[in-house]
Amino acid sequence: MSVGLLLVAWELYANYSGIKPTILPAPSRVFEQAILNREALVDNAIPTIRATLIGFAFSLGAAFALSMLVDFFQPLRRALFPVFIVSQTLPLVAIAPLVVLWFGFGLTPKIVLVALVTFFPMLVALVQGYEATEAEIGQMLRAMGAGRWRVFMLARLPSALPYFFAGLRISITYAVVGAIFAEYAGAAKGLGIYMLNAKNNFRPDLVLAAVGVSAALTLVLFGLTVLLQRLAMPWERAAGRQAAGKGPQA
Amino acid sequence: MSRLGLRRVRKAFGGLDVLADISLSVDAGEFVSILGPSGAGKSTLFQLLTGAEHGEGEMIFDGAPLDDHGRHFAFMPQRDALMPWRRILDNTTLGLEVQGVGRKAARARVAPLFAEFGLAGFERHFPAQLSAGMRQRAALLRTVVQERDMLLLDEPFGALDALTRAAMQRWLEQMWRHHRWTALLITHDVREAVFLSDRIYVFSARPARVVREIKVPLPRPRDRTGTATRQAGALEAEILDILLNLQPSRGHDHD
Repeated sequence: MSVGLLLVAWELYANYSGIKPTILPAPSRVFEQAILNREALVDNAIPTIRATLIGFAFSLGAAFALSMLVDFFQPLRRALFPVFIVSQTLPLVAIAPLVVLWFGFGLTPKIVLVALVTFFPMLVALVQGYEATEAEIGQMLRAMGAGRWRVFMLARLPSALPYFFAGLRISITYAVVGAIFAEYAGAAKGLGIYMLNAKNNFRPDLVLAAVGVSAALTLVLFGLTVLLQRLAMPWERAAGRQAAGKGPQA
Repeated sequence: MSRLGLRRVRKAFGGLDVLADISLSVDAGEFVSILGPSGAGKSTLFQLLTGAEHGEGEMIFDGAPLDDHGRHFAFMPQRDALMPWRRILDNTTLGLEVQGVGRKAARARVAPLFAEFGLAGFERHFPAQLSAGMRQRAALLRTVVQERDMLLLDEPFGALDALTRAAMQRWLEQMWRHHRWTALLITHDVREAVFLSDRIYVFSARPARVVREIKVPLPRPRDRTGTATRQAGALEAEILDILLNLQPSRGHDHD
């Protein structure tokens, strides 16, 4: 709704203010050009999607492994977290060209950058999630005779799920931005390099078309995480449906 | 026959004495309550029994020093501690699962108890879909199905509203008469202790010691009717008196 209004206002302004389409193209023109250039856009979106997903998968794997390590060996947490926090303060603009310099123009630097920007939020989400385990559940499990591993698998891991998905929703948007940044710094193909070339050719309409594609991509990935959460946590929705007036109430 | 015997059990955290000197015993098939002010260290005693903490003094079970804690006790914590992500059926089999019983066998052992616990038809529900009372019954089902020698109940009804609590106490008394579990209950509710117990140990404020051991001679079933009610009332008043005299007069807000 609000997006629609914004587009209408933008359309009106671009058409009637006398501004040149090479400075601010109307959304209708962007859309038209996007259709015309759809092959090139799709062609460039694929490497971006690939980099996003592979980088994110690496990041997830690493975050999981490390979160468990940190959960089992608390001192590690104090030793490692400062390093990760510093890794989050590095400006992407500065680090992206360096990563490209080190790893070349292929897929690797994109994966590295995507992993770099998404790893820490995922790690923090998981570690916090484990910690959110209800103390009494842990106490009860230990009284039942469960060891640390059992407690982790039966209680701490499932307790972390809501945190995990909250982290996932944030990280997936970072991931797309990270991939595009990496391509911007140097790539053969991809939405990032496509934007850069379009800008250099004075085609803001194509830049915006690529932006539209990346936004759509982010939205789709975001939607997937929401769907995944619903599937993975059926009890959340069940909690909404009360067992109203059914059976004995005591 | 005495199952559990504690002699001069003490526990301190850092420099803070929590349990000063606890001696008590629980016989087979007996329902015993520990009654004391909030924060007296009653729950700490359970931590010693379940092996979560270690203290000083003697803990005897069936005539032998208590070592393998998990084998003897089934512990029910204060809140229901049901796992929100597990269906009720899978919540109740949790203890068996930890014991290494297979899923199918565990379910077969739990299933017949659902009707008795007023949970029939709710096996596939998630805890959030149940009323507080039903959740508490599910938690008790999860506890008793472990078939340990003794139940440790840590203020199981503390989080319930007054009406639900009264209903749950009646129900538990009835269940206990059928099963004759050996049970040790922690509570700070005088009426609850008198209504459910064969004997009551009154604890002092921290550091806790046993200030009084009280037999509850009321006949069962305890349905809160007739002459027994007056007898119970007198006993409650007596115990309340003991508890209030323990308190330093600072308007302690009792919950």
